[in-house]
Amino acid sequence: MSSSVNLGDVTGVHKNPINVVQLLGRAFDARPALWSVASLALLFSAWEIAGLIPISIAFPTFSATVAAFVEMVLDGTMAHAYFLTLQPLILGIAISAVFGIVIGVVMGLSQKAEWLMAPVFIVLQAAPMAALVPLVTFVYGIGLTAKTLAVIMLALPVIVLNSYKAVRHANPSLIAMCCSFQGTRLQQIVKIIIPDASPVMFAGLRLGIAAGFIGVMLAELLITPTGVGDLITYHRSVANYAHMYAAVASIIVVSTVTLAGLQRFELRFLRPEKRKR
Amino acid sequence: MPQAVRSHVHIDAAATSDDPVVEVRGVSKTYADVEALRNIDLDFARGKLTTLLGPSGCGKTTLLKIIAGLIPASSGEVRVNGRVVTGPGPERAFVFQDFALMPWATVMRNVAFGLELRGVSPAERRRVAMQYIEKVGLAGFEDKYPHELSGGMRQRVGIARAFAVNADVLLLDEPFSAVDEQNRRKFQEDLLRLIEIEKKTFIFVTHSIEEAVYVSDRIVLLSPRPGRVSQVIDPDIDRSASPDDIRRAPAYLDTVEEIWDGLRQYAD
Amino acid sequence: MTISGHRIPMMASLIVWGLLWEIVGRLDLIFLIPPLSGIFEAGIKLVQTGSWQAASIITLRSFALGMTLAIGVGVPLGILMGRFKAVDNLMGLWVNMFVSAPLSALVPVLMILFGLGETTVVVTVFLFAVWIIVLDARAGVMQVPSSLIEMGRSYGANGWTLFVRIILLSALPEILAGIRIGLIRGVKGVVIGQILVSIIGYGELFELFSRSFEMENFWALTMILFAAAMLLSALIEIFEKRIEYYAGER
Repeated sequence: MSSSVNLGDVTGVHKNPINVVQLLGRAFDARPALWSVASLALLFSAWEIAGLIPISIAFPTFSATVAAFVEMVLDGTMAHAYFLTLQPLILGIAISAVFGIVIGVVMGLSQKAEWLMAPVFIVLQAAPMAALVPLVTFVYGIGLTAKTLAVIMLALPVIVLNSYKAVRHANPSLIAMCCSFQGTRLQQIVKIIIPDASPVMFAGLRLGIAAGFIGVMLAELLITPTGVGDLITYHRSVANYAHMYAAVASIIVVSTVTLAGLQRFELRFLRPEKRKR
Repeated sequence: MPQAVRSHVHIDAAATSDDPVVEVRGVSKTYADVEALRNIDLDFARGKLTTLLGPSGCGKTTLLKIIAGLIPASSGEVRVNGRVVTGPGPERAFVFQDFALMPWATVMRNVAFGLELRGVSPAERRRVAMQYIEKVGLAGFEDKYPHELSGGMRQRVGIARAFAVNADVLLLDEPFSAVDEQNRRKFQEDLLRLIEIEKKTFIFVTHSIEEAVYVSDRIVLLSPRPGRVSQVIDPDIDRSASPDDIRRAPAYLDTVEEIWDGLRQYAD
Repeated sequence: MTISGHRIPMMASLIVWGLLWEIVGRLDLIFLIPPLSGIFEAGIKLVQTGSWQAASIITLRSFALGMTLAIGVGVPLGILMGRFKAVDNLMGLWVNMFVSAPLSALVPVLMILFGLGETTVVVTVFLFAVWIIVLDARAGVMQVPSSLIEMGRSYGANGWTLFVRIILLSALPEILAGIRIGLIRGVKGVVIGQILVSIIGYGELFELFSRSFEMENFWALTMILFAAAMLLSALIEIFEKRIEYYAGER
């Protein structure tokens, strides 16, 4: 379709009149952002129609959900909820990042540490850690510590394993190169292995943050009704469905925006071979 | 093996020279149960370019890495300037087949990496690196990253890095195998010019007969499985001639033909 | 790791950790950690109870149903996205968003839409597993070497034949890899779904054990679940290796 249009442009001869579909196609090819707009519009209209039918009494329209969201932003409940939710999330991720990267790097560098710890983290990553979240309330009650621990439980294994794999799979050719120039073991680690592993380690951090979001929501829904989890539970209990949906959608959007931002950062600064100048 | 032995061909000889910089004595290498090299005896003359040539699987890269100290020999020893090799040393520098450039570092930092590891001051290593970046023809590219360069340019970075540490012996592991044909020819010519200026010893691994004959003072033919020295050839070629004349010279063509006769039996 | 020449398999370190657990448990430091031997005893008793068997059947059924749906929807959608740019452009945003979204937040919504029962758990499993299956199927279809497609064309394959014989078979390793990760995510989905719904299957048992502080039973159930998850991923890995021979050709 587009190739025939281009041919017409080049030769200056328009044999067949350009129809609407072709025009749209060209516009979409020229501006990829239009696809995102169309994609969003499609889902939101489907949501609106499903809410208007309604497919369930517990299914508000898109517009009602947006209105509820705006209301909660304006009266400050949203900000307060996120203030409570982001604390354990940031704290948990920071702790997981520091310990996870250190443990992962040590496992990648030392065969003894690998033997001792890799199986544990392999089990923890493949296993449904969510089952253990209720346990933390026994020890730490329902405060910030419990929520932070829930985040760590879900985020730490994936960060550890990614750092470990990144270090283990550091480019052997670069390591041989460093040896051939008589680099010491320390130089090899600092100047070759860590920089070579950092993109994968960062990607692991990103996955850890995604897991952390799941963990904090689980903790708030399951053990400590505070923050965004409380917004969801409360509005559900009073059948305020538009508000409940707005809270759920907001946490999904926040997590998506965070992760997309991190991915962009990763491409921009950590992977020079993929960077566009 | 050809029976008509010409004056410059030694067979199964531990080729000796007056001033060997690298001496390989009875080196064997066995991986698990595969015998890669058997009892290699070789001398590499100072200031000359010696090529290890052979079909794939003859252990030529293994031998080069043993000389580099990157992998240990199963038996036998390698001496460089009279000292037994136990690992990599400052008198040897290696050029890698896959370039082994750090993707996160600029051309400048890559070339200066050997000096950086030795703790040379930033200003000094910048000066030395710049000098070799210019010599390999990459002036103006010092702030580029490897992914912004073509394959041939990347290997020039690898060669500049090896030159920058001022080693006596340069070990080149199929340096042009990932470079396309046109660039490879240009590269070979540039290499010959660099060799003339730098006066270093080169040990060069390749599987290209033409490349070996074109650049080498001496060619060591290895036979495969296990790798042994099957023939040593000193091409009798006038290097002062122009590249085109060399490639048309009867001596060049005859040597290529002769080596091909020796290797033909190993082709699959 | 090797000790005096003997190679010790990596998973053997779990025995070390098990022993450590036993010691900590015997010392009676925290009620949360009973001795491992006690947990095993409780586990043996637990699997003989009718409530565990019933819960296991419900859990397996929700998991199987959810996974069937996820594979049945995910693979075709991924292939469509890989073949048709318009589908890819329209769906890509949502698939990429949900693949790493905190889906645990969505479970309460599912609970009011589908009730506090198995349906919610099935949908949770589906939502946890489907996105990665879509993405991997899409990637598999997109990285079919163009030379392979051209080869098919030059030998007269077209349309359906080309799709089935070349594109689908060539994408199979990626599709299976997606299903493997999907299954592991599905296990997490079934657990999260059941724990949040908390009145069916293992969720009900977890709730019961933790409310009445039956730590041995709680850990026994957890370990059964962990073992099942590990076993599942090991099985898929074996299966994947059997088809890897032709994936390795690329």
